[in-house]
Amino acid sequence: MARVVLVGNLAQLTGGVAEFDLSATSVKQLFQQLGELHPALARHLEDGIAVAIDGQIFQDALLEPIGPDSEVFLLPQIAGGSTST
Amino acid sequence: MAKHHIEATVNGDAVEFLCETEETLLDVLRDTLHLTGSKEGCASGDCGACSVMLNGRLVCSCLVLGCEVGGQKIETIEGMATGETLHPLQQQFLKSAALQCGICTPGFLVASKALLERMPNPTETEVRYWLAGNLCRCTGYDKIVSAVMDTAATMRKG
Amino acid sequence: MAETMTNGSSQTYVGTRTIRPDGADKVTGRARFGADFNLPGQLIGRVLRSPHPHARIVSIDTSKAEALPGVKAVITRADFADQSSEFIPAGEMMMNYKDVVRNVMAREKALYEGHAVAAVAATSAAIARRALKLIEVKYEVLPHVIDVVEAMQPNAPLLHDDLFTVGVEPKPEKPSNIAKRVEIKQGDVEAGFKKADLVIEREFKTAPVHQGYIEPHAALASVSEDGSTELWCTTQGHFIVRAHCARLLGLDIGKVRVTASEIGGGFGGKTVVYLEPLAIALSKKAKRPVKMVMSREEVFKASGPTSGATVRVKLGATKDGKFVAAFAELKYQAGAFQGSPVQPGVMCAFAPYDIEHVHVIGYDVVSNRPKVAAYRAPGAPISEYAVESVVDEIAKKLELDPIDLRMQNAAHEGTKAAYGPKFGPVGLEETLNAIKKTEHWNAPLRKWQGRGVASGFWFNIGGETCASLTVNEDGTISLMAGTPDIGGLRASLAAVAADELGVPYDKVRPIIGDTGSVGFNFLTGGSRSAFSGSMAIVEAAKQIKAELCARACKLWEATPDQVEFSGGSVRPLGALAEKVKPMSVADFAKVAGKTGGPIGGVGRINAQGAGPSFGTHLVDLEVDPETGRVTVLRYTVAQDAGRALHPAYVEGQFQGGAVQGIGWALNEEYIYGDDGKLQNAGFLDYRMPVASDVPMIDAILVEVANPKHPYGVRGVGETPIVPPLGAIANAMESATGIRFTELPMSPPKVLKALKDKGLSRA
Repeated sequence: MARVVLVGNLAQLTGGVAEFDLSATSVKQLFQQLGELHPALARHLEDGIAVAIDGQIFQDALLEPIGPDSEVFLLPQIAGGSTST
Repeated sequence: MAKHHIEATVNGDAVEFLCETEETLLDVLRDTLHLTGSKEGCASGDCGACSVMLNGRLVCSCLVLGCEVGGQKIETIEGMATGETLHPLQQQFLKSAALQCGICTPGFLVASKALLERMPNPTETEVRYWLAGNLCRCTGYDKIVSAVMDTAATMRKG
Repeated sequence: MAETMTNGSSQTYVGTRTIRPDGADKVTGRARFGADFNLPGQLIGRVLRSPHPHARIVSIDTSKAEALPGVKAVITRADFADQSSEFIPAGEMMMNYKDVVRNVMAREKALYEGHAVAAVAATSAAIARRALKLIEVKYEVLPHVIDVVEAMQPNAPLLHDDLFTVGVEPKPEKPSNIAKRVEIKQGDVEAGFKKADLVIEREFKTAPVHQGYIEPHAALASVSEDGSTELWCTTQGHFIVRAHCARLLGLDIGKVRVTASEIGGGFGGKTVVYLEPLAIALSKKAKRPVKMVMSREEVFKASGPTSGATVRVKLGATKDGKFVAAFAELKYQAGAFQGSPVQPGVMCAFAPYDIEHVHVIGYDVVSNRPKVAAYRAPGAPISEYAVESVVDEIAKKLELDPIDLRMQNAAHEGTKAAYGPKFGPVGLEETLNAIKKTEHWNAPLRKWQGRGVASGFWFNIGGETCASLTVNEDGTISLMAGTPDIGGLRASLAAVAADELGVPYDKVRPIIGDTGSVGFNFLTGGSRSAFSGSMAIVEAAKQIKAELCARACKLWEATPDQVEFSGGSVRPLGALAEKVKPMSVADFAKVAGKTGGPIGGVGRINAQGAGPSFGTHLVDLEVDPETGRVTVLRYTVAQDAGRALHPAYVEGQFQGGAVQGIGWALNEEYIYGDDGKLQNAGFLDYRMPVASDVPMIDAILVEVANPKHPYGVRGVGETPIVPPLGAIANAMESATGIRFTELPMSPPKVLKALKDKGLSRA
């Protein structure tokens, strides 16, 4: 099971739950599973999220694989050189 | 009010043009004579991007009126190279990477050329104070100053 | 050192100081920047701007302007369809188009002095100016607020009655100027502070500053009768401009073709649209091309200066100097519409350090000044100025060397950042060591001279990138990239292509393609263009090499294991080498048509794996106690570039960013009167550093390779502006004994502080 941690304001959309153990094998699956657990979170997962998998940050990478023991963080998207909202 | 009819010399060529009273030399160079190498950064003489030589004197062309230059000699960045050969300053700026975006470069080249014609052996301080009228936001001035000093040394060798 | 050689490539040009391919045009005045384009029959467009910082727009009467001979079109809010409030991706960024359409042309209200209210296109600039004077706007002037803390007060003038703070529970019932509250948390700071032997808490204030690009915004639009639109503009992201204009004007993206001119500086300020949608709307109405250029005053009043802010930092350490707990609260101005860089400011604040307990809160606050745009490492210089000042104070109180203190707590590979993920290999410790080893570090200082050091960080990004390589019939290479070149990108990409394909550097001709010629590229920003562009070029070269090997196999009747590409040619291996000779790229080019057609490759990627860049700056300065003037005597930058594709242009980023930071720390600020109007909207009084203000900037290139990039590259453009504010504030403390918690440390402020402490008799 991959350990998934929500950083920053995202935990507010899950009633405060910030850590999950999920069996997702890709970012797309991860978003799907999280969205089913917490529908309020689902809309925010489509855009404006960066995903760090075992330390490496990915942005807009739905097909990126997640390993069975991966550590995954969901962060606000980083858009340097342009303001993020 | 009718336009003014002006005859002058630009980069060695005789030119004639019509201009309104309020048009600056910079406006005339860019919009009427289509010499867009001189740039408008501020239109108030604070950035030096419009630097040209007027009768051998370094000026901000945004502070000179088009109708003032009748019978006068103007030199712009477009006249700095000789045929296909770049001026030593132009060559050194490229070698030293003394430009990043390049918008201030024509102004700096015209100003630096004026400096070296007066002072073939300037100190770093003299270079910095002479060029204090030219703003650059990209380079932090380091490589520009080095390029001018290196060119001075090259030109002194003859 | 990670593997940095790519298969079959030589290493002749990457890492050397080649002459940039666009250089001759730039030193002769031939290069065409935004205002250098003209079209036959073009009209000149000008904008009418609100003189009030906050006002309801009751009515706009353009009839007299429209009747003026020579005026061909007038536009107002009526010419732009409203946009619903929704955050959507637009060229990979989150935008709220409801705000964008209002920033581009005011609708219900003017929200800052300079806000666009109407625009005209006329046959001359003089007629356009006269036409603006004939437009009658009825304003209902409202009270305004600019300062961020004042804007957060419950009784502050309200900018938007539909803005409810996001990120607080329970959801507020009343609207306010606080758009968002963001937060990151790690561990338990209260418990952490109890473990500290020393806790320092300070509040800091910074003023809005402008990116200061020398080239004003400029755009030239030409709309045809069939609705297809051509636009030339100076921008950091022509694909983003295309997306915004298409959306705001209801056009198909494919019908809008944007060409990026050479750009005279951007630093983040040219990543959004101002004139472009107006020029297109005017051109559509007038049925002629329309050219619009901002004046310098308009750039200051109506583009996107960065946030002014109030920042509180609390840092706790053991007496041995181990940081145990860190708290910060950031309040950033967003300008007229929400979207300050408070989120990255929050994430960067303590990023250089490995701290167990961290809590950072940020507020995004609107107020009556222009909407903030990005400025080089947006958000980070402000928060890291505050943190580096407190770190310095801790070093002084604990009597620890400031570099050793940072080293003791430095983030390194495996450190978990407070914003979540663990760092891969990073170079902070290397930059600290590099500074400590300099002669600068140990040089003696005199009275009224001080020395300061600070470190800084920026994440860097990758993003969508398309770049192509085409082999021409004579073996020369055409390289097309899609991110505007703001500082030497073409030189770096040409070097990579030359090494990958084994061809001479001057046989590679790079251009930046327009939106119709190259696939989607995210903008130049985030320190990404060399990082992502080189990745895409490597990919394109890979395709070419594979294609040439495949053709060689057919020509030589060989199997793939009998050929390989190296040193610019496909070489036969083993016994085959006795039968056939190697074929270079140019050899294949000659027979391209006969062997399958034109040869080329396209790299189409969403570049991932951007590695953060850490830097440490060292500055010596001298204070004049009679005038308060500060002279920067000496400056050294050490920063991790991963791998410098072109060392001179990497040094250039270090030096340019450092000098922008010097300006931000010592002199630059937006000065507003009580009437909410900008008092220093020109280069004379908005005082940026000139050549006589700064010394040579020594640049030390540290290279800790980024394992996720084929050459080890890290983006470098933004980090250099992050450390200077803290380094200079720390040097001021060293010179005067006074901790300056407000920027800029301009002469009147320094003099006042010295007098208050009895240190000046001026």
